[in-house]
Amino acid sequence: MSKLKNTFSSSLGKKLIMALTGLFLCTFLVVHLIGNLQLFKADGGKAFNDYAYFMTHFTPIKVVSYLLYTSIIVHALYALMLTLANRKARPVSYGAYAGSANSPWTSRNMGILGTVLLVFIVVHMSNFWYEYHWGKVPFVEYRTDLTTGQTTQTELAAADFKDYVKYIDNGVEITRAKDLYATTAFAFQTWWLVALYVLGMAALSFHLIHGFSSAFQTLGWDHKKYVPLIKMIGIWGFGVLIPLAFAAMPLYFFFCI
Amino acid sequence: MLSHIQTVNSKLTTANCIHMSGNMNLTLKVWRQPNNDTKGSFVNYPAQNISPDMSFLEMLDVVNEDLVKKGEDPIHFDHDCREGICGMCSLHINGRPHGPKQAITTCQLHMRSFKDDQTITIEPWRATAFPVIKDLAVDRSAFDRIQRAGGFISVNTGGVPDANAIAIPKPVADEAFNSATCIGCGACVAACKNASAMLFVSAKVSQMALLPQGQPERYKRVQAMVAQMDEEGFGSCTNTGACEAECPKEIKITNIARMNRDFFTAKFFKQEEA
Repeated sequence: MSKLKNTFSSSLGKKLIMALTGLFLCTFLVVHLIGNLQLFKADGGKAFNDYAYFMTHFTPIKVVSYLLYTSIIVHALYALMLTLANRKARPVSYGAYAGSANSPWTSRNMGILGTVLLVFIVVHMSNFWYEYHWGKVPFVEYRTDLTTGQTTQTELAAADFKDYVKYIDNGVEITRAKDLYATTAFAFQTWWLVALYVLGMAALSFHLIHGFSSAFQTLGWDHKKYVPLIKMIGIWGFGVLIPLAFAAMPLYFFFCI
Repeated sequence: MLSHIQTVNSKLTTANCIHMSGNMNLTLKVWRQPNNDTKGSFVNYPAQNISPDMSFLEMLDVVNEDLVKKGEDPIHFDHDCREGICGMCSLHINGRPHGPKQAITTCQLHMRSFKDDQTITIEPWRATAFPVIKDLAVDRSAFDRIQRAGGFISVNTGGVPDANAIAIPKPVADEAFNSATCIGCGACVAACKNASAMLFVSAKVSQMALLPQGQPERYKRVQAMVAQMDEEGFGSCTNTGACEAECPKEIKITNIARMNRDFFTAKFFKQEEA
């Protein structure tokens, strides 16, 4: 036990925690993105609302979600601890420091980018996660005629069910759910919230352009064959594709809906 | 033919004239600090009639001669071999360790890398683990203590072993040699925004971890050296790559990945304690 304690109190051990929590958060991004793509489906939000219910009520997902919240907090706390220790390692700063001559901008600004992301996460969770659980999310009823496949929807004033019901009545599939889709569509009519989300995704992009491959370097995975692949996934997958796809969502609601 | 030679000669003479009059006048913004307990500050000094062929340290010698003549305290700076192999010279020049060029030490930096009338900012390596002795000279004995913690191989001395008695593949030998070229100057610490010593420590760990002779103490060594590195008050690595870019011996950060790998292997999969 003392060996473990000794490992995680060392600078390398703390870096290991940063790398592992960081990579875990990266895998979450992929899942979150795939789920959120339901927003683009033109079905009045049925698929998205089904997905929202599944994510908040399926036990294994709930367990992972608590692991996720813990990871965010641990990642931020260890970043703070390491940053303070690093400041202590150079109490008198240089009069002239040409950082841009020897290192990329992203790598030198992970703390600032991470802070922007933390603010974004707090805003994002209060917008949707808090609202869905304890806020005033409207209710919706979808009626799908199983013979024709036609779906109609009506807003429900109050719920006489708990969170979600789905049953078939006379060849019509009736789904009643919390309408998180409507909440999302409404939230992204506000221009400054859209701007904040796009800014958050820009920060995510720059954070991951350095962060993803950096985590593998910390873990010690260094290989002539695989490092270029890791770098490519880090830059194009996590640095470009994922933040762009996420940023497209608020923009879609603001300009197209 | 003769006239041609004369033309060449006259060109040479002209070139020489330009050269002589091509001496530079510079302003040095130098960090002066009596000792580690006293706060330091920048002081400006003129450096006049400096030949572009001088090394940076020779330029400082000229400035110091003037200071001594005037009865002022000369600028203290570290130097020894002046041929780029001892690792003694330091200096953070215009925001970069060993100045603007890559893969050289300050003694190998020539004044032709600067422009006439330029102001050059000269600072010591700045790190808690490298306390200022005086002015630009810092105490790098933290590196010695890290080495003493595990940067060695314990073998009994005896007869000279047969050459090639221990087979080492050429690429591995090359890699170990590359790591071993570290001269311990501290530029990696100076360049790192966190004042981390990971490149130095990882080079010292690697040169032995790669070779058969280093295996018996491999996992003990890495734990001991990392522990000493942390105790000295160096920062931690954020993989910016600044150390690799500024290292006069071009030590690669693949060494850092190797050290991390060995450290985690030692901590999670091996019995050896530091």
